Amino acid sequence: MPTHSMVIATVCLALFTASAAFAEGPNVGKPIDAADIAAWDISIQPDGTGLPAGGGTPADGARIYAEKCAQCHGPDGKGGVAGVAAAPLVGGAPITDISAATKTIANFWPYATTLFDYTRRAMPWQQPMTLTNDEVYALTAYILAQNNLIGENDTMNAQTLPKVRMPNRDGFIARFPEAM
Amino acid sequence: MSGSYRRRRGARYPRIEAVAGNGLLDRRALLGRGVIYAGAMSTGALGSFAAAAEPLKDAPLTDAPWSLELGATIEPYERPSRFEKSVVRTLNNPNGQPGAQGARTPHHLVNGVITPNGLHFVVSYGGAPDIDPDKHRLAIHGLVKQPLVFTLDALARYPMVTRVTFLECGGNSAPLFSPQPLQANVQALHGLASCAEWTGVKLSTLLDETGIDPKAKWFIAEGADAPHLTRSVPLKKGLDDAMIALYQNGERLMPANGYPMRLLLPGYEGNMNVKYLRRIKLVEEPAMSYWEAKVYAQILPNGKAYQFYLLQEVKSFITQPSPGLTLKGPGLYEIAGIAYSGAGRISRVMVSADGGRSWAEAALQEPILSKAFTRFRMPWRWDGSAVILQSRASDEAGNVQPTRAEFVAQRGELKAVPPVAAVLNQHCNAITSWAVDSAGEVKHAYT
Repeated sequence: MPTHSMVIATVCLALFTASAAFAEGPNVGKPIDAADIAAWDISIQPDGTGLPAGGGTPADGARIYAEKCAQCHGPDGKGGVAGVAAAPLVGGAPITDISAATKTIANFWPYATTLFDYTRRAMPWQQPMTLTNDEVYALTAYILAQNNLIGENDTMNAQTLPKVRMPNRDGFIARFPEAM
Repeated sequence: MSGSYRRRRGARYPRIEAVAGNGLLDRRALLGRGVIYAGAMSTGALGSFAAAAEPLKDAPLTDAPWSLELGATIEPYERPSRFEKSVVRTLNNPNGQPGAQGARTPHHLVNGVITPNGLHFVVSYGGAPDIDPDKHRLAIHGLVKQPLVFTLDALARYPMVTRVTFLECGGNSAPLFSPQPLQANVQALHGLASCAEWTGVKLSTLLDETGIDPKAKWFIAEGADAPHLTRSVPLKKGLDDAMIALYQNGERLMPANGYPMRLLLPGYEGNMNVKYLRRIKLVEEPAMSYWEAKVYAQILPNGKAYQFYLLQEVKSFITQPSPGLTLKGPGLYEIAGIAYSGAGRISRVMVSADGGRSWAEAALQEPILSKAFTRFRMPWRWDGSAVILQSRASDEAGNVQPTRAEFVAQRGELKAVPPVAAVLNQHCNAITSWAVDSAGEVKHAYT
């Protein structure tokens, strides 16, 4: 009966609190495609998904590092610049203490792709997103080489970076796996 | 003491029996006929009965200046009284040097369960961006059927929800990893947790419109701030109670808390509640971002580390009394504090005044909301001797807050005493002990 249906529809509308009960939404989100989101889509996955074209070597990275990074991270990448909380990028003894201060790229970070992702999105501290992709690859290569995680002449690019095996890859456990 | 006051008051109030060591009283005394408050009026807490009977030489009850002139003109947006200048957050990095900035909530100077917006804790990795809300966009893409972008105006068209929930930095309470009790107040030890009423659009509402590719198991959330802070979140949480929060305690979000919109994941680690939210990407696997792969991964004594800790576990601490709030002589007091759990509602808070040897159940202030601060209260008759106060919370999922000894046995402790503001560890939910000496001074202690 039309009247009966209208009553039910009205009641349903009155009762909705969230999405599930309200199949027809406002639909005022604007459709976008891959090109629209490209400038923002900077996430890199551990398997390399998202890595851009380009590449760089440790030698290229050394030059960029001296110009854009050393002032905070120190000339040798070991931190210690007065008044700056920038993390050391090179070195790190095996972890024997629970302090976060002992975590480094060499002894803790599980994936090399994270280094590219973080450097591109957040560095340099005062000028994020100003490095070119080639510069980020070169800096990534330089820091990995300084940590003896790749060779001094190895080029980092979308194919090689995900293959870098980080020493602490298997050093992690989940606290609540059922929530994941 | 109590005996003498009973004689003066004609024994109108029966003495309340202690239910645990060092003078903890039955919580039901708080709910009765004003027994505790009648007691407090006539004992040490507010001066002795004899002293109260003296003429008020120091402060006679006359009209004060403010009663004899008109008050200030009312302002469009009111700020606290000038006498409340000390009720502020403490900053670890007041000049905004490169590195994280933290602002801690003064739990000992506020009450109830809602943190005022100006006092809500902040941990910021790139300062508070100056976002024009009309130009801000939220994009949802990745493993969805139709990627969409929303303006703030567009989000206002969607059904909204309001809920009270706490937020807590994964590094809150990190000073308890110190091998010696750091002498600091509750703001310094536990100030990276706050609780607010949040209003916004459920993420599931927006995902209904984008549709979800069945392969999606996680989503990546990203902010529009300088470090483009990003975290991976299980999609299960996104479809449960995740919200795009637009209002904080009724007004738009504070700039340092994510204006104009943030991800709200009730009960989950603060850093995952991404501020300045501009992008959500549905993916199969987590991105292993800097913040999840390194910063908020907690090392364990066996050398492994927790990654994706997710939940903030059941915790409580006493806010009154606490360091800096000195007791003014023996008598009846109310012990009060905050309890919360990322796993749901607080089911019970026990309080001890003898360092954990005996416990009594505290009264819980209604409403007791899931994943929200719950205020607990405990009547206490202090006899003036040295005591150690503790609180221990349980949640509806059956989790019980561990003692500090139990906690560090599992999770380790630092080798050296750290600076109090250095957040060197995460996810400590151990019991906090306050040692009260015979002069009424309160200090942080371990038992």
